[in-house]
Amino acid sequence: MAAKFPSDTVPCMVQICCRYVCVTALGVLAMACGGNNQTSQEGAPVLITVDGSSTVFPIAEAVAEEFGIAHPGTRTPTVGISGTGGGFQKFCRGETDISNASRPIRATEIEACSEAGIEYVELPVAYDGIAIVVNPENTWATSITVEELGVLWAPEAQGRVTRWNQVRASWPDRDIRLFGAGVDSGTYDYFTEATVGQEGASRGDFTSSEDDNVIVQGVSSDELALGFLPLAYLEANRERLAVVPVEDGDPNNGDGPIFPTFETVRNGTYQPLSRPLFVYVSVTAAERPEVQEFVEMFFSRNDLINEVGYIELTPQIYELARGHFAARKVGSAFADGGSQVGMTLEALLAQER
Amino acid sequence: MNAIARRRCVDLLFQALALLILCVALGSLVVLIADIWSDGAARLSWDFITGFPSRFAERAGIWHALTGSIFIMVVTGVLAVPLGVASAIYLEEYGGRSLLSRIIEINITNLAAVPSIIYGLLGLGLFVRTMGMGRSVLAGASTLALLVLPVIILSTREALRAVPPSIREGSLALGATKWQTVWFQVLPVAVPGILTGMILALSRAIGETAPLISIGALTFVAFAPDGLSSPFTVLPIQIFNWVSRPQVAFQANAAAGILVLLALLLTMNGVAIWLRDRYQKKLT
Repeated sequence: MAAKFPSDTVPCMVQICCRYVCVTALGVLAMACGGNNQTSQEGAPVLITVDGSSTVFPIAEAVAEEFGIAHPGTRTPTVGISGTGGGFQKFCRGETDISNASRPIRATEIEACSEAGIEYVELPVAYDGIAIVVNPENTWATSITVEELGVLWAPEAQGRVTRWNQVRASWPDRDIRLFGAGVDSGTYDYFTEATVGQEGASRGDFTSSEDDNVIVQGVSSDELALGFLPLAYLEANRERLAVVPVEDGDPNNGDGPIFPTFETVRNGTYQPLSRPLFVYVSVTAAERPEVQEFVEMFFSRNDLINEVGYIELTPQIYELARGHFAARKVGSAFADGGSQVGMTLEALLAQER
Repeated sequence: MNAIARRRCVDLLFQALALLILCVALGSLVVLIADIWSDGAARLSWDFITGFPSRFAERAGIWHALTGSIFIMVVTGVLAVPLGVASAIYLEEYGGRSLLSRIIEINITNLAAVPSIIYGLLGLGLFVRTMGMGRSVLAGASTLALLVLPVIILSTREALRAVPPSIREGSLALGATKWQTVWFQVLPVAVPGILTGMILALSRAIGETAPLISIGALTFVAFAPDGLSSPFTVLPIQIFNWVSRPQVAFQANAAAGILVLLALLLTMNGVAIWLRDRYQKKLT
């Protein structure tokens, strides 16, 4: 800026400085008034906007990155993080084309969308597992049952269940310190639904963080800790955490305690702590060819899903989802809303037919 | 020991204590920077600075966020500085002590302490939705301009107040009008102080994340903002995103991003100090 000022007298300099600023300010205002019809720039395809869950973000980001590489010269789709709920708020106001969700759309959100006249196609894109982790020094927690998790995390447990032997008598009489995802996250919603039996209900006296690395940090530095984490964070921190296999007491999906791995999540034996992740595509946006191509990449580029730490769906599910998208099958398979535990995607999608 | 010696001793002790506190403050800053440097320096490269976001830590760059931050900063300054300085001139030189100007004054002081997230929500309602700016550079900069406006007004008023009354009186006595006095006498003397306030305000704005997240600044934007209506992201948002990733390699990216942000801040402050010194010399 200094170069713009003549170096004779101070008043003159101030004058020019102010004049410059005023002119620019006017220019900004003029551009503001004229610049309302954003993104559509002569002939180029309109920007694809994606927003929503932070859990689904890495997948959408990877797909957007590849889409950008495949289409040099056009604007790469943008991806925001505002949480599953925040994403649906924007989506149901027509502000975004695609909404990422780590849980199915809720009844209230379905209502908001239909009031605004926003129709959408619900597409599963990947699985995520929620791992139960303890410190590597922990020698006793070699498996845990879903009921024990329920006892440990129930709202009634607050201030009462504070020692390991209160969960299982054979475990030591020592403090237990709990870590988990923040209460605004889809991970927390799903975990509480699966263990306590009610979405969003849990004890409050645990260390919660929206940043899962904080949970990794906490569990890896405390011998008495137990926490839950998305599988991707476990994969990246294998040497700092020990994973506890979970037993759901249902022999139909595998006997005994089961470790969360890509395979057990994918074949449905790691239950109930594996969940599907979704994208919701607005029907209006789905008319645009570039959006169609973008959505197709979610189905065809399964390698991306593995790369970012999630588990791809089975080919049959991708085929079903592709069919739904092509037919513009609007609405949600989860009409009663909320997380559904233990139901396979095949069953859900078939039920929708 | 006589009284004087004892007082000297106390004096010396206090001096030592003050020095110690200064060392602790500076020391922790040095340790922090050294820690970030050791984590991130290896990632700093031309490719990193000019690169775009990626799911691979080693391929990811920061150009989109750097240009976003600079663009937002420039537009924020252009919007907030003229408004802020003009308001301060009115309040200080013309407003007098009327009830109205006192109410305004109290409100501005209060606004300076309002949490930034509140400005973000205001920006979301006013700029993004009511005025239909969308999640654009302009909406982000307008929100930040509101956020820093009280700081600019307050510091400009301080600077104007520090101008000796004799300068105003002299000018008026020579027959200058009030406006001429303000424009040709008072403002030039106050410029260094105004610049300091401006740079403090913009430095605050460049580190803000909460208001920008609440107006809907994005996380993955693989292009540099190219206009006022362009979507954008800024350095603190990109850094936060990298920190919260599972892969350890992204932590190095975050550290390198922090170094870039620090360098940008230091450059801004450096330019401000240089400008201030230039103007101060001119006056004497």
